[in-house]
Amino acid sequence: MKKSVYIVIGFTIIALVLVNVLHKEVYYNLKLEQLKQEYAIQPVSSVDHRKFPALQKTFETPQEVTEACISCHTERHKEIMASAHWNWERVAYVEGRGISATGKKNVINNFCIGAQSNEQSCAKCHIGYGMSNDHFDFNNARNVDCMVCHDNSEAYQKGTSLAGYPDRSVNLTEVAQSVGAPTKNNCGSCHFNGGGGNNVKHGDLEQALLSCSREVDVHMASNGMNMSCTECHSAENHKILGKLYSVSSTNTDRATCEQCHSNTPHFDPIINRHNAKVSCQACHIPEYAKVNATKMEWKWSDAGKLKDGEPFETDDEMGNHDYLSIKGSFKWEKNVQPDYIWFNGTADHYVLGDPIKSVPVQVNTLNGSHDDGHSKIIPVKIHRGDQIYDKVHKILIQPKLYSAEKGDSAFWMDFDWNEASEAGMRRVGLPFSGEFGFVETEMYWPVNHMVAPKDQAVGCAECHTRSDEGRLAKLGGFYLPGRDHNKPLEYAGIFLILASLAGVMIHSAIRIFVSIKHKTYKMDIIDYGSKD
Amino acid sequence: MKKVYIYHGFERFWHWTQASLIIFLALTGFEVHGSFSMLGFEAAARYHRVASWMLIALIVFAIFWHFVTGEWRQYLPTSKKLKDQVLYYAFGMFKGSHHPTRKTELSKLNPLQRLVYLGFKLVLVPVTIISGIFYMLHKTIDQNNIVVVEDVPLANIAFWHTLGAFLLIVFLIVHVYMTTTGHTPTSNIRAMMTGYEELEEDDELSGEKQKSTTKKQKEQR
Repeated sequence: MKKSVYIVIGFTIIALVLVNVLHKEVYYNLKLEQLKQEYAIQPVSSVDHRKFPALQKTFETPQEVTEACISCHTERHKEIMASAHWNWERVAYVEGRGISATGKKNVINNFCIGAQSNEQSCAKCHIGYGMSNDHFDFNNARNVDCMVCHDNSEAYQKGTSLAGYPDRSVNLTEVAQSVGAPTKNNCGSCHFNGGGGNNVKHGDLEQALLSCSREVDVHMASNGMNMSCTECHSAENHKILGKLYSVSSTNTDRATCEQCHSNTPHFDPIINRHNAKVSCQACHIPEYAKVNATKMEWKWSDAGKLKDGEPFETDDEMGNHDYLSIKGSFKWEKNVQPDYIWFNGTADHYVLGDPIKSVPVQVNTLNGSHDDGHSKIIPVKIHRGDQIYDKVHKILIQPKLYSAEKGDSAFWMDFDWNEASEAGMRRVGLPFSGEFGFVETEMYWPVNHMVAPKDQAVGCAECHTRSDEGRLAKLGGFYLPGRDHNKPLEYAGIFLILASLAGVMIHSAIRIFVSIKHKTYKMDIIDYGSKD
Repeated sequence: MKKVYIYHGFERFWHWTQASLIIFLALTGFEVHGSFSMLGFEAAARYHRVASWMLIALIVFAIFWHFVTGEWRQYLPTSKKLKDQVLYYAFGMFKGSHHPTRKTELSKLNPLQRLVYLGFKLVLVPVTIISGIFYMLHKTIDQNNIVVVEDVPLANIAFWHTLGAFLLIVFLIVHVYMTTTGHTPTSNIRAMMTGYEELEEDDELSGEKQKSTTKKQKEQR
């Protein structure tokens, strides 16, 4: 009777355990469903600019369009003229620099180096007209380019090397009448093409996002939520959420995953807990540059080679330039696994004139460490290269690269580093000794886009592993279960286990030996040799 | 020899459940530690957590049982015959001498067992469990988005937890081997399964009887 009770209890426990182990519950994520519904319905504009009297005319110059905009939106230009998109700098408190203004005006990057002395070309991505040199009037509202962000006709295009003016083919009237909220096309026209081509700089922002699958980006996918940039990078009074740490410094006004998804979006509390130290992006962006390759390396030291006195170019197997006489040699990569660093949201930059303290020169520094309570692990693209520097003054050089014609000291025309450095440094007001070399440089690009579908998120064992291939194998300063162990303890533990096993075996061997000797066990000796 | 009911139902349930939980926790724990790969890190970590809560619950019941039944007195350490017991395991048992202590219902444990099990219960298991709880709560976000147990580095917590784990395995190896040193190699294990063990007759009584009978025999001669 009692036995049967035990058997029933035993079976019940086994059945319960098996059900729990084998049954996989499919949770219905109501929170996510609500979010999707919220973003599925797109607001419809309350006005049609085609019907506005102010726009019923033929615009000869883009400035006339701006005037027409301001005639109704009487204060908006002030908001724009306070933005970094316009000023190319932000005033911020930066550790070690105090209150300082940093931005495209005074920092450099690891690609085309800097805009100084090259404005005619670089201003293609400035939201203004006529920034051809350093005398641009940042107080002239007529030069605000409203259309580059608000054109909804997809016909607007900034001209190449026109100092920010639109291409001459653009029908300004058509564009002015089409205006509306910015689309992916507007933001992408600059942010996809930075550095002189598609996906050169970011690696996670490129033209493919205009129409991609969920595997590339769950948010922007045309077979998914088809979200536009501004749905996360929302704005009020032209103050847009989000910033890029190639030029920004502070942990403010950032666009975050948490603003929609909360910081506990998973059903599993263990995974939610990771968010204390691990950013969402670290697990949900397993790789970037999923469609087109991105530049990982740029060596300016190779630039300037000529064939028969003429500049030339070569392509790699993916069809991307791996050498350009004007720019040097490049390495492109596709489907890149990010590097991981600690980041607390603040950054510092190499500002023109800063002495070179260490090699490779950190073009930007993303601050953070495990022990800093605000830091999280984020995925980054590390762009490596080399740049020209002054051997005597130990500072990086801002060379003059662009000019429309030869003989203007521009490197891209004359291929003379000396003259280009001389001209560039004179423009930024820094000394040039005449002795130059090339120094290794590094730049850090946080990877925030190309979020993968959840089943492609980084698995636990990709970080929690002793393998050198682990994603966090190189990230130090903290104890990661599964990756780290205390070496002395490990050896001591293994020694103790082996010693106890050996002790047990020796002890039992002696026992067996002694018991045989004392004949505690019966022994049957079968003598096959003897005859009956 | 007398068949005695020495291990009660709960005691056996507790012993074997604890044994299987500790073995399971060791397997999943060392997988999380990165020593080998069996279930996969994710599953190992998940099951390790579940099993750890089960072990904690079991130990809470066991503590209750020990106090309510007064069985905790079994573990009161004594130095009496401790040396004899050590000498017995080191030399005596090879010569075929008898256990220096008698196992009875009222005193199930020999002096060496008392000491080792007391250490197991008061030091080894608490160190492992407390460090394990710290491990579990480390970097936990509470409802106010405050991260708790942040000031103790995980490396320190993991050190104590891993140390406990290694010592538990050493305990397991030696403990399992020592069960074979009973009356017969399997008598101790069988006793822990059935509850009954063949024990020698009551120590004092049988001893006096033997003495008196020998006296009588001498007198008769």
